[in-house]
Amino acid sequence: MTAVGLDLGAARTALSAACGEVADGTPADAVDGVTPALVARPGSTPEVAEVLRAAAAHRLALVPRGRGTKLTWGRPPERADLVVDLSRMDAVFDHAAGDLIVETQAGTTLAEVQRTVAGAGQRLALDETVPGGSIGGTLATNASGPGRVAFGTARDLLIGVTVVRADGVVAKAGGRVVKNVAGYDLGKLVIGSFGTLAVVTEAVFRLHPLPAARSVVAAPFERPEEAQRLVQAVLQAQVVPSAVEVSWRPGGTGTVSVLLEGIEAGVEGRTATTRQLLGDASSAAAELPEGWAAHPWAGLPGRPTALKATFALSGLARVLEAARAAAADAGLDLDLRGSAGAGVLYGALATGAEPAAVARVVERLRAECTAVGGALVVLDAAPEVAAAVDAWGPVPALDLVRRVKERFDPERRLAPGRFVGGL
Amino acid sequence: MSGMHGTETTAGPVEGPVPPEETSATGEAGSNPEAMAAVVRAVEAALPPDSVVSDHIRLRTYECDGLAHYRVTPALVVLPETTEQLAAVVRACSEHGVPFVARGSGTGLSGGALPRADGVLVVTSRMRTIHEVRPEDQRAVVDPGVINLDVTHAASPRGYYYAPDPSSQQICSIGGNLAENSGGAHCLKYGFTTNHVLGAEFVTPQGDVVQLGGMAPDSPGYDLLGAVVGSEGTLGIATRTIVKLTRLPQEVRTVLAGFASTDDAGAATSAIIGAGIVPAAIEMMDALAIEAAEAATKCDYPAGAGAVLVIELDGAAVEVEHEFAEVERICQEHHAFATRVATDPAERALIWKGRKSAFAAVGRISPDYIVQDGVIPRTALPGVLRSIAELSESSGVRVANVFHAGDGNLHPLVLFDDAVEGAAEAAEEVSGAILDLCISHGGSITGEHGVGIDKAAYMPKMFSDEDLDTMQLVRCAFDPDGVANPGKVFPTPRLCGEVPGRKKGAPHPLVAAGKAEAF
Ligand SMILES: Cc1cc2nc3c(=O)[nH]c(=O)nc-3n(C[C@@H](O)[C@@H](O)[C@H](O)COP(=O)(O)OP(=O)(O)OC[C@H]3O[C@@H](n4cnc5c(N)ncnc54)[C@H](O)[C@@H]3O)c2cc1C
Ligand SMILES: Cc1cc2nc3c(=O)[nH]c(=O)nc-3n(C[C@H](O)[C@H](O)[C@H](O)COP(=O)(O)OP(=O)(O)OC[C@H]3O[C@@H](n4cnc5c(N)ncnc54)[C@H](O)[C@@H]3O)c2cc1C
Repeated sequence: MTAVGLDLGAARTALSAACGEVADGTPADAVDGVTPALVARPGSTPEVAEVLRAAAAHRLALVPRGRGTKLTWGRPPERADLVVDLSRMDAVFDHAAGDLIVETQAGTTLAEVQRTVAGAGQRLALDETVPGGSIGGTLATNASGPGRVAFGTARDLLIGVTVVRADGVVAKAGGRVVKNVAGYDLGKLVIGSFGTLAVVTEAVFRLHPLPAARSVVAAPFERPEEAQRLVQAVLQAQVVPSAVEVSWRPGGTGTVSVLLEGIEAGVEGRTATTRQLLGDASSAAAELPEGWAAHPWAGLPGRPTALKATFALSGLARVLEAARAAAADAGLDLDLRGSAGAGVLYGALATGAEPAAVARVVERLRAECTAVGGALVVLDAAPEVAAAVDAWGPVPALDLVRRVKERFDPERRLAPGRFVGGL
Repeated sequence: MSGMHGTETTAGPVEGPVPPEETSATGEAGSNPEAMAAVVRAVEAALPPDSVVSDHIRLRTYECDGLAHYRVTPALVVLPETTEQLAAVVRACSEHGVPFVARGSGTGLSGGALPRADGVLVVTSRMRTIHEVRPEDQRAVVDPGVINLDVTHAASPRGYYYAPDPSSQQICSIGGNLAENSGGAHCLKYGFTTNHVLGAEFVTPQGDVVQLGGMAPDSPGYDLLGAVVGSEGTLGIATRTIVKLTRLPQEVRTVLAGFASTDDAGAATSAIIGAGIVPAAIEMMDALAIEAAEAATKCDYPAGAGAVLVIELDGAAVEVEHEFAEVERICQEHHAFATRVATDPAERALIWKGRKSAFAAVGRISPDYIVQDGVIPRTALPGVLRSIAELSESSGVRVANVFHAGDGNLHPLVLFDDAVEGAAEAAEEVSGAILDLCISHGGSITGEHGVGIDKAAYMPKMFSDEDLDTMQLVRCAFDPDGVANPGKVFPTPRLCGEVPGRKKGAPHPLVAAGKAEAF
């Protein structure tokens, strides 16, 4: 989908001058159904800047792409003349082990960063929710996994960022030190912005030591109140969990899983305590179960509907119960799992569900999440489902969100239409 | 704060209060008695009489914050009791183009709450209700004027505390903490204010009340709260705030270790972190700071030490025990000659007493001093400390070092006697050179005290024009008219201009005159 009046030939010439690698877009480059006319693969921040300047000069709408694993998240762009692919920017610039920081390009995969820092017994405390995602994509989608209970999310780990604005200007914020309050924290704005504010080209993160030992204590539950009781028992104790996960298919038996990390003797003791808290039916394992950080839609065929529910911690039982009732009434199978210990649950509805039924689930679950201080977002859905639901729901301070977008991208050329409020 | 008021000065190249001509170029019209009169009328209509201060003597009690070197008497002080009242004040300011400055407890060390002679100072000290303490949600909901330590006091009977602990925690406010993204000794392990503020009711510079973030994480839309935290009151005023409560640890152990030199202490710090230990805190003091603390508080730090480390470990009991053994071993390996261990609150308080009173204590060994707040990568610590010592030697200006060693946040205290001619200038020169040293090591000009008015002139040393322009895009989105704490944080006045494609008008007179740049 390309806006009328664009001179793609001239744009292509300008882009080629900006960065060697420019190609025609193919259906494989489609961004949620929108095939771009062109794909540019810049290799450095200055090249990204050149590309964005050329795009600005030729009024191209563009969508940044990391590794293309999550490109359907958010809404389809209204226009995508150009995909700016960052996969060539895959260097880990600097791992300063003594300072517990890593500086990396945005196209580098999270897995590669982990490999690099693991050599020094360290980790970037972000879970890889789906294999292959890039640092830029992880930041732009604010992806997080079970470990957020102990380490927070990207916003708690990112200490410096380099971005290229829609007008091609390169800007940095933060720096290479863990403590720094000079200037506005632009990194926070970019996290979760789905490529609509700026293109992230480089990032600096704080790291944590890898634990010497870990254990996962799991216990079954049948009813929502039981899940909440177990989760609260762990949170209110002093066992310092790294993760508190809940997974449940309403109607069946669910699991509360608690990850404990540390030195061997410590983990052993806390495992025993946690088993007491979770009761006789609990069990412990030394290894993470298969698919530990995966979302519930991982491996489902087709285009399942992906939901993200957030809530105040004590709202867990209400959210689980509302999900159960909503899915039952709509006649749909809902698979739930997530960081109950952080107030986050992901939900998957199978491909092919009737859009109106999905919409009813979304509405009902959203009402409950909102009532307990959270929100419900539809991360991904098939086009016919996406058309039937309000993906974002009410967005607080939407006017301010709009004003920020207008200042950064006044011509609406960065992933137009993908974000809240049609931004 | 005894010993700080009046004794402290600044390193900034800016001399005294910023002249109004200079600060007015931030988008608003400058001093305008009619506009102020209109604001006074609106404020008097919206607030009870005793919430509005216009008496000159009383106004003067608000003329500075913790950085007493800069003083400006505000045109008006208001003490709202509710968000609605506060928003009414801001709305009046916005309507009439009058600048406003938020103030919590006024303990800021960078002049962030320095009033405007042509503006309104909005003080939150009457908004001190702790609305909710919810252990089951690990959250508390508090008013902006609530004192930091009071949150912990309210939560600790239920097994929780509020983790960010600036040394000023007995007096500073949650709103001020939010605006400065304040840190504290325990932020090494637990993070800064930004990691612990999850939501805030927020009054925009137009006087609109919006909700940012909330009880639950990851609220949809841009993370505006993340941008507001640390913005030093330049994007609006936070009111009712949702903070995270942290579970009290099972075990806490505090170690005091004496070393012959800062080199040894610095190397021990790096070795502890290198061993995969993340202590709750690692604080360092050098010989001069120890001397001052000893004189002031009789904290019984090891005699003859060239440096001490205060190391605190907390968490699950077995881990703390293990890490403690490791820390002791590492300290010994780095030639610690005296270690003392506190296992109960009283002993712990004694160890911390020396550290926490260090700023004030320095006031006893020097009539005046500058507090710096630079940050360096932790591994650069020994080298930078040596360079500071050389600077001190070559200039004859004494420097005491007290700092958060774990995260490389230095607080060099540059000592001088203002009664001696040229002493203040020499101290400022050394202080500036220390900041340059931090920047050249890839660090920051401020780790927790903020930029305010004091370090605005240093921002271009750390950030390019493009970086600063990009930050100002955020400013322009929130506050296109430049009424929220203008003149702070950014060195160069910028006009926001209209968003392209929206309404257009004649260029601002300052742009037309070439005095400011629109973008
Ligand atoms: C049906 C489906 C199921 C999925 N399942 C999962 C899952 O189970 N778990 C999971 O976590 N993830 C899932 N993903 C996606 C995922 O693999 C991510 O984990 C990954 O982190 C995204 O990285 P990426 O590099 O592939 O990003 P991309 O997919 O390339 O991009 C994702 C978003 O980020 C933006 N973006 C990318 N790079 C940048 C940049 N440098 N600057 C600015 N914006 C940028 C893009 O414009 C886009 O909006 C799923 C996606 C789909 C469509
Ligand atoms: C002895 C001493 C020790 C200190 N130790 C530390 C330390 O260890 N760590 C540390 O980080 N700091 C420290 N400080 C600095 C200071 O205490 C902190 O910056 C603190 O957060 C300021 O809080 P306050 O309420 O005094 O804010 P103020 O000084 O009143 O204001 C600070 C800034 O916040 C803005 N502001 C205030 N309230 C609001 C609001 N509700 N919404 C928006 N903006 C607002 C003001 O406009 C100003 O820019 C210390 C200060 C002293 C005097």
